[in-house]
Amino acid sequence: MRVSLAAIIESKMPTNAQAPARTAGQSSSLPVMVLIAGWLVPGAGHFLLKKWIRGTLLFISIVAMFSIGIALKGKVYTPNTSELLDVLNFVGDLGNGLLYLIARVVGLGTAPVELATADYGTKFMVVAGLLNIISAVDAHSLATGRKNS
Amino acid sequence: MTLTHFSAVLIFSFFTAVVFGITQRSEPRLMVRFAAFTFVIFVGGTIAASWLMWLIKH
Repeated sequence: MRVSLAAIIESKMPTNAQAPARTAGQSSSLPVMVLIAGWLVPGAGHFLLKKWIRGTLLFISIVAMFSIGIALKGKVYTPNTSELLDVLNFVGDLGNGLLYLIARVVGLGTAPVELATADYGTKFMVVAGLLNIISAVDAHSLATGRKNS
Repeated sequence: MTLTHFSAVLIFSFFTAVVFGITQRSEPRLMVRFAAFTFVIFVGGTIAASWLMWLIKH
C-alpha cells in the first residue's frame, strides 16, 4: 500500500526532465512577437529572425500585390455581418495588417467595383492578406523550431 | 492602372509563387523549385480552365 501511494504521488509530480522545458516555453515571448510583427508588417517576422532575404522577398511580394490591388481600384472590405462572403473577404483583407489600416485611414478602395480588372484588384488584396498570414505563421514556426531553417 | 487578364494572371502567379516557395520549403534550392512549380501550375491551370470554358461555350 505504501509503495503504490508513492507511485501515485510521483506520477502527479512533474519529472526533472519535463519542468525546465515547460518553463523555457513559457518565458520565451519571441515566437508571439514574431507572429504579431509578421502580421503587422509583411516580412517583419523573418527580419526579427535575421532572415533578411526571405523577409525582403515576402515584403516586396505582399506589398506589391496589395498596391496593385489598390491601383486596380479594388474594394477594401469593412466589418460587415450581412453576407458571409463579405465577412470572409474582410478577414482576408485584415491579414494585411498595417497596410489594411493605412488603406482604411486614407480612404482607399471605397469606390464601387465596375470593371473586371477592379474585381481582380479586390482579389489581389484579399490574397495578399492571406499570404501575409501564411508568412507570419511561417516565421512563428521558425521561431519555435517547428520548421528547421 | 489597367491590366490585361493574362498579365493579371502572370503577376498574381509570380508573387503568390514567391510566397509559397519561401513558406512551404526549408532549403533555398527547394524553395526556387517549388516556386517555379507553383507558378507553372497557376498559369497552366488558368490557361487550361480558360480553354475548357471556351469549349463548353462552343
